[in-house]
Amino acid sequence: MKRYSVFAIAREALRYHQGWERAWRSPAPKAAYDAIIVGAGGHGLATAYYLGKNFGITNVAVIEKGWLGGGNTGRNTTIIRSNYLQDPSAAIYNKALSLYEDLSQDLNYNVMFSPRGLLMLAQTHHEVRGYLRTVHANNLQGVKTEWIGPERVKELVPIINIDGPRYPVLGALYQARGGTARHDAVAWGYARACSAMGMDILQQTEVTGVRSENGQVTGVETSRGFIGCKKLGMVVAGHSGQLAEMAGFRLPVESLALQALVSEPIKPCMDVVVMANTVHGYMSQSDKGEMVIGGGTDGFNNFTQRGSFHHIEETLRALVETFPMISRLKMLRQWGGIVDMTGDRSPIISKTPLGNCFINCGWGTGGFKAIPGSGWAMAELMAKGEPGPLAAEFNMWRFREGQFIDESVAAGVAH
Amino acid sequence: MLLLECPYCGVKAEETELTAGGEAHLKRFGPGSSGEEFEAYMFARKNPKGVHFERWRHAYGCGKWFLAARCTATLEVFGTYPAQTTEPPADLVEKIKAKRPDWKGTK
Repeated sequence: MKRYSVFAIAREALRYHQGWERAWRSPAPKAAYDAIIVGAGGHGLATAYYLGKNFGITNVAVIEKGWLGGGNTGRNTTIIRSNYLQDPSAAIYNKALSLYEDLSQDLNYNVMFSPRGLLMLAQTHHEVRGYLRTVHANNLQGVKTEWIGPERVKELVPIINIDGPRYPVLGALYQARGGTARHDAVAWGYARACSAMGMDILQQTEVTGVRSENGQVTGVETSRGFIGCKKLGMVVAGHSGQLAEMAGFRLPVESLALQALVSEPIKPCMDVVVMANTVHGYMSQSDKGEMVIGGGTDGFNNFTQRGSFHHIEETLRALVETFPMISRLKMLRQWGGIVDMTGDRSPIISKTPLGNCFINCGWGTGGFKAIPGSGWAMAELMAKGEPGPLAAEFNMWRFREGQFIDESVAAGVAH
Repeated sequence: MLLLECPYCGVKAEETELTAGGEAHLKRFGPGSSGEEFEAYMFARKNPKGVHFERWRHAYGCGKWFLAARCTATLEVFGTYPAQTTEPPADLVEKIKAKRPDWKGTK
């Protein structure tokens, strides 16, 4: 892999940019690998990357049904934060945030991480109490967040309407370290680094079955033939349940559609991320000037990667009340992704009933922010066969034991 | 937009009139059951990519719960039926089998 640098740009500028190489190889599959990761989204690629970087395991294939980063990694609203209530969540999301901070240097790929600050608006008294509790919890966890009043909110977000008739802004939970990153670049950067370590990224390769012997995984059937492996990691978000079924077990997840949309580009008007959980909408401005908007999931099981129109309407109605100046913005694009939701709205990073088969799923509506931390924890689990401190409490058996990591109660909504 | 016919009041309701209630025909487990049974009842949904039997409430209509068979991969609605039953009606199952020959049944 040729490193990207200012010298590389100068060198290529002198020869009509003929010397740039492909960011990653597209090899034919080998007969077998030490480890196979199913799913070349952010989480899968990050898992492969940290398997190589932290544990020296590089005989790895990442198998992808479509194109890499084409699922939820390419469909989210790119928000990064770690202001969670429960200790295990705060630990893994804060690990992810710390890794995001120098990810561009680590990968030699500009992921455009922008720690512009993030606000979660409190618009009911219940929410005020909830966020004050979260701030206290965060301070004990070593995650720096603060409670700020409406005047400070208005200072940070001049376009906001803090005394709306139904839901006035009563304050906000502010995480100055939060922000956004370029979502595609995260997938591309990890893919390039994995490929440089000698890993094979197999796109357009669909897994159709999981083969096992004496309760141990031996490989996967794919649309390009059987590929053997010693260890298998399933990191496929919306289709986790389908893959688990191939491996012979059932997961406590349901798949729902989550939508996002962007407006036409306008001049810079908001340099923080604002989330409004009571009215259920969140918004940030991309570097291109588009307002990037997300809302809630549809209520019913869905695999179609498109959602219901009335949810877009609800989200926009809420945001127009909070940001009156966007009322006449045109929306350019709208899309949906399939998210896998668990009962406690926390992810699963776990061993499975099948030996040497591991699962990373259930990130629900908030997986993008976790990518580096999730990959870090999953790589440790796959390499050692046992979860490390980051992953231990996210095992899939917590639902039987009642040991929930209950973020659904913490936020009042899925997030 | 989803259109479901409420089997009680006969209204073809669109989804803003309805509330989704998750998988139908769950067998309840309570005190005295094993940990596995209770976990399965509480959390382990079938979540199929294909034919799904589910609960809906005609929230902004007659207010009653009913059941529907719908394809989660295409959003096609096969039919709706009243909730006072533990399994889908035979004629609906036949209709789904005709449309989805690969369907493995209600399991």
